[in-house]
Amino acid sequence: MSDWLDKLYGRKKSAAQAKDRLKLVLIHDRTDIQPSTLEEMKDEIIKAISNHISINPNEVKIQMIHDGREQRLIADIPLKARR
Amino acid sequence: MAARIITITSGKGGVGKTTATANISVALAQLGQRVVCIDSDIGLRNLDVVLGLENRIVYDLVDVIEERCRIRQAMIKDKGFDDLYLIPAAQTRDKNAVSPSDMIALVDQITGEFDWILVDSPAGIERGFKNAIAPANEVIVITNPDVSAVRDADRIIGIIESEQKGPARLIINRLNPEMVNRGEMLDAEDVLDLLAIKLLGIVPEDETVIMSTNVGKPVVTREKSIAGQAFKNIARRLMGDEVPLIDLEYKEGIFHKLSKIFASGGE
Repeated sequence: MSDWLDKLYGRKKSAAQAKDRLKLVLIHDRTDIQPSTLEEMKDEIIKAISNHISINPNEVKIQMIHDGREQRLIADIPLKARR
Repeated sequence: MAARIITITSGKGGVGKTTATANISVALAQLGQRVVCIDSDIGLRNLDVVLGLENRIVYDLVDVIEERCRIRQAMIKDKGFDDLYLIPAAQTRDKNAVSPSDMIALVDQITGEFDWILVDSPAGIERGFKNAIAPANEVIVITNPDVSAVRDADRIIGIIESEQKGPARLIINRLNPEMVNRGEMLDAEDVLDLLAIKLLGIVPEDETVIMSTNVGKPVVTREKSIAGQAFKNIARRLMGDEVPLIDLEYKEGIFHKLSKIFASGGE
């Protein structure tokens, strides 16, 4: 049908949207951590690390992921190359 | 031998707990098992009407707990099966008339004489739910493939784990294969991926469920009902049989993937 059109324009069917939304909702339900808390933590982590090594704050990614019924906090912090 | 005591719960209301309890009970009775089902939804009882036993109630759960009758007097024998009984909920009381230890004591009185005791839980995560899971040694969570039912199922699964009653197993009820094919309904695979628990069965949306409830004869008594077949399969899986999932005419490939998920226990 119009599946290829949906793909072309990056449109997601409602079931896929439901799943994406649920993923986020469940993480916050399970951990009781609000998105704003995560942002706050991110700033503090960047500050703490910047005291010792040089990093680019814009490249830092902090996210919660599912691992079965457990949640994980994943931090991806690229280091700046030495000049 | 002690009975297997299974509580059927969901968090959200209206997803099919009572229908599932009635149908699994009857399906187990069809397999020659001795079964008691208990309606623990005090004040909002319904298992009696789904089983077609509403006119036979004399005593109820709270009468047993408050010692106005013996447990046998509150057990209503099914019309079709000699070894299937219902203990109805009280309709004019509230959930505070019962405590978790009352439920354990009540079930203890009959566990030696039956193979299965199924407890139909009320919706919610409060006292009524705590009462319902107190006697359980297994828990079944039932959900629908929609956002709010899955979210509430996740909450209840977490609570079941923290109450040391897990791991719960999942029934996905009212799945509409045609909507799944169009990408407009969460697939069983999506739900399992989100909830990360073992799958016990998938029951497709089927109008014969309402027709059966209308007349007080659970859908497993209908020969040609696909939902009835799904509940029969669930009963057999509880007995330990390996029963493949019904082919719900999924688009090619998906069904195959699903059966693999089932084989690996949804992990």
